[in-house]
Amino acid sequence: MSRDGYEVVIGLEVHTHLATESKLFSPAPVRYGDPPNHDVSPVDLALPGVLPVLNEQVIDLAIRFGLAIHGEVNRRSIFARKNYFYPDLPKGYQISQFEEPVIIGGYVEINPGDDGSRRIGLTRAHLEEDAGKSIHDAAVAGADDSLIDLNRAGVPLLEIVSEPDLRSSEEAGAYLRALRSILRYIGVSHGDMEKGQFRCDANVSLRPRGEEQLGTRTETKNINSFSNVEAAIDAEVERQAEILDDGGDVVQATMAFDPVTRRTRVLRLKENSDDYRYFPDPDLVPLVISEAQIEQVRGSLPELPAAKRVRFQEDHGLAEGDAAILTASRMLADFYEEAVGATSQSATTVAKWVLRDLLRALKIRECEIEDAKVTPASLAALIDLVEAGRLTVKSAQELVAELVAEGGDPVALMSERGLEAVSDAGLIGSAVDEAIDAHPEVVSSFQEGDQKAINFLMGRVMQKTQGKANPGRVRELLLEKLS
Amino acid sequence: MARISRQQVDRIAELARLSLEGEEAEAMERDLERILDYVADLQALDTEGVTPTAHAIALATPVRPDEAAAPMDPELVVSNAPESSGTAFVVPKVVEEEGS
Amino acid sequence: MRASSLAESRARLDSGEASSVELLDASLTRAQECADLCAVVGVRPAAARAEAEAADLRRREGRLRSPLDGIPVVLKDNMVKRGEPTTCGSRILESFVSPYDATVVEKLEEAGAVVIGRSNMDEFAMGSSTESSCYGPARNPWDRTRICGGSSGGSAAAVAAGIVPAALGSDTGGSIRQPAGLCGVTGLKPTYGRVSRWGLVAFASSLDQIGPLACTAEDCAWLLSAIAGHDHRDSTSLPEPVPDFAAALSGDVSGLTIGLPRECFVEEGVDGDVLAAVHAGVAELESAGARVVEVSLPHSRYAIATYYLIATAEASSNLARFDGVRYGRRAENTRDIDDLYRRSRSEGFGAEVKRRILLGTYVLSAGYYDAYYRKAQQVRTLLRGDFEQAFSHCDVLATPTSPEIAFALGDRSDDPIRMYLSDVYTVTANLVGVPGISVPCGHVSGLPVGLQLLGRSLDEETLLRIADAFQRRTDHHLQSSPEPQ
Repeated sequence: MSRDGYEVVIGLEVHTHLATESKLFSPAPVRYGDPPNHDVSPVDLALPGVLPVLNEQVIDLAIRFGLAIHGEVNRRSIFARKNYFYPDLPKGYQISQFEEPVIIGGYVEINPGDDGSRRIGLTRAHLEEDAGKSIHDAAVAGADDSLIDLNRAGVPLLEIVSEPDLRSSEEAGAYLRALRSILRYIGVSHGDMEKGQFRCDANVSLRPRGEEQLGTRTETKNINSFSNVEAAIDAEVERQAEILDDGGDVVQATMAFDPVTRRTRVLRLKENSDDYRYFPDPDLVPLVISEAQIEQVRGSLPELPAAKRVRFQEDHGLAEGDAAILTASRMLADFYEEAVGATSQSATTVAKWVLRDLLRALKIRECEIEDAKVTPASLAALIDLVEAGRLTVKSAQELVAELVAEGGDPVALMSERGLEAVSDAGLIGSAVDEAIDAHPEVVSSFQEGDQKAINFLMGRVMQKTQGKANPGRVRELLLEKLS
Repeated sequence: MARISRQQVDRIAELARLSLEGEEAEAMERDLERILDYVADLQALDTEGVTPTAHAIALATPVRPDEAAAPMDPELVVSNAPESSGTAFVVPKVVEEEGS
Repeated sequence: MRASSLAESRARLDSGEASSVELLDASLTRAQECADLCAVVGVRPAAARAEAEAADLRRREGRLRSPLDGIPVVLKDNMVKRGEPTTCGSRILESFVSPYDATVVEKLEEAGAVVIGRSNMDEFAMGSSTESSCYGPARNPWDRTRICGGSSGGSAAAVAAGIVPAALGSDTGGSIRQPAGLCGVTGLKPTYGRVSRWGLVAFASSLDQIGPLACTAEDCAWLLSAIAGHDHRDSTSLPEPVPDFAAALSGDVSGLTIGLPRECFVEEGVDGDVLAAVHAGVAELESAGARVVEVSLPHSRYAIATYYLIATAEASSNLARFDGVRYGRRAENTRDIDDLYRRSRSEGFGAEVKRRILLGTYVLSAGYYDAYYRKAQQVRTLLRGDFEQAFSHCDVLATPTSPEIAFALGDRSDDPIRMYLSDVYTVTANLVGVPGISVPCGHVSGLPVGLQLLGRSLDEETLLRIADAFQRRTDHHLQSSPEPQ
């Protein structure tokens, strides 16, 4: 069968760290980068006699997520023990949720516009503890040993399971980006993949087109970047297609993706699937969530990306693509909107400055909007100066970079740098006269009908005034004097 | 009548990371069988529609505020460790990654 | 010299007849005299002395912390104390020193009690005879060829032999009440959730409770007041306030109804002389003004099976942390991590512990979960229904504590089923969560017999009131075990 004869079926499992100060069942701090075992309590160490107590903040965060993805908040969910032995799992079991997860169902929309948006269904989302870390690198641990660090043990995770609704690696990437955006928007997770706060496992299977039954799937675990997820899926699809093409069967297995070779390989066969012996944790009681709690969270939920994008399009008149970029990050969207409120210029004008100039300045400086020193008010003031003709676009663009780096007030900066556009007719007038006198042939061209010749003269004037002349005024004067 | 095979005992022992040598294994097989015969009594009891009791008590979900407490002194964390390196635990090298 | 009851010890301290240091020294000396009982497995003389001296100072300055201030006690070896060893009677924890305190230990310290050391127990509290300890069996002070009962056998023997006036034990299927009954002391298992489990090495999480063993119900009341109460570190801890238990000891049982479950008085299941002693005890209460009725617990015949399925399942999971990685015994020269696990655990755990872990693993494993574990949880619900029904006809239930007197050491080692049956009267209280107390009610062949009372949830007051009233009218609890040869 040819490649095109197969339909790719993908389901993604995401583990995301919840944005809390302390761990899920232990009061130890959630921190990153500390030396081994510096963020550990007796509970995390699984000392004899310790007991778990639930962090109340995770309930709020779980409800927020459930509402944001239009899922059902399970009013009574159960913590269950998942039993297995591994050195980074101190108790010999992980406290998770099995038969009764806290969130059921829901969906995430991807690819807005294009061919219309697609809804990717979610099966469930549940709370569970993260495990510690094992360090196998021989340079650190020695040739024969591994080191165990329990700093991460007990950190709260939300495991988010999608339905097998995704049909391509591109869709998978879009889904992950949309999911992470939502999580950040509602403050449920910081989603920093480098810190391991957002990890993805990909379940991939193929089936002949038109076939309803799902093919055998493999699971590729712990992929640590969006591009690697897409590459891993592509690699796995290739691998499975080759097997099927040759008339073979895909074997259920756990796979690992090698970002260097860009291939997947079998880590562990799944024929003897692990017997985790799930049972309700007797040290904990069911997590009961009241209608009142849900309503309270619903009332405090911020506007979500999709709704905000639509509002920017409809109320602000922005183009879809522009609205999408602005709403990709809540920080950026809030910044933009605040700036709109601080100026009488149109929203599209503000959008232009944000998209064209602010983002560029941020990128060059390699900094995020939340760390930049520029404020919405100062950007708004800058835009006002340009529209009032007091600042040329070029000067303003320079100032954007400076505002991002150092902050400050655009009006003050304009004076300090002497960037104020020259509008004074006398000053411009003499520069214009000089240009006209210096280039009689260009003047003739213009007067003979070459409209574009005026640009050359404008250029001379701008150069003469070190770019500070108000271009509109310059053009006005030139036209006056040339006609 | 419950009958536990040697393979079953071995599989359970593996799940529990326990090893039983020869005589011990046979004795365990017999003990488990007798105990399970004894508990097979329960099968006859009709429990249709009965909610399982996971806890003797009915409690509202106890929670604690999301405040980080001072962590343990790292030296104390490894103070009981059979083998440690600095403040990390040492185990024989583990080959693959398990779990999430 | 034997330690007297808690009440008497306090009286001697108050009158100045003895100091805390003197009481401590007497306890330590007594422990040595009775070393062959193997009741106490570790003492902390220097630290205890400093605490006793501090207590004496407080007494002189009129700053007493509680009625327990300056009184020597022992802790069962499964309650952690900062800076001290806790072994649970197991090789796998032979070198473990806890970096934190159990809540009950903190509370005893706040009360000023002086912990002299740790008492012997069945390994990881799994047993009814205190024979499976790595320290060797505990011996019954009444007959040193016999068991103490278990798993809190060391605590019961320490009180019975007069080493200390009071001890803490833990009870999962009868482990406080049964040894109390076999050693002739008073032992109480509180309502599940009444006492914090933070710092109690878990055996079966939904069944375990810490409780007092002492000479009298009154002593138990003082101890319970000291250790009970809500603990935010234990999610199964009850929020209900703690009543003044000692204030409930009015001595008056008129108006109370005692229910005798017919299933617990079946002649085939219990030794005839034991039954007679229990009946005599009940008659005593009747003559004191209590009404006696017959009730039924129809599902009680399923209790042992239910208990063993649930307890072993939870235990198999709770004991997974003993893996040789972060603390405890690690096997030498292991090939890889799984070899490390297998050998450390197999070398570290005794036969009974292994048996229960394997059974529990089986009960939870795929294919058996519904038929075994879930089924047992359903039967638990039926048992709760039985008790609710019974308590609509009476205030407390009365049964024998054990079906027999203490058997000979080594008698049941090859017979786990027979061993498990010693718990037949006690396990239901753990499954249902209600409180229970055992009081001495007689002797058979020179060995103590216990009368068990079970109360409604959170009604330790009524239990203690009846037990105390019984002890005002009888003297079984005042009998002393024979002196060591």
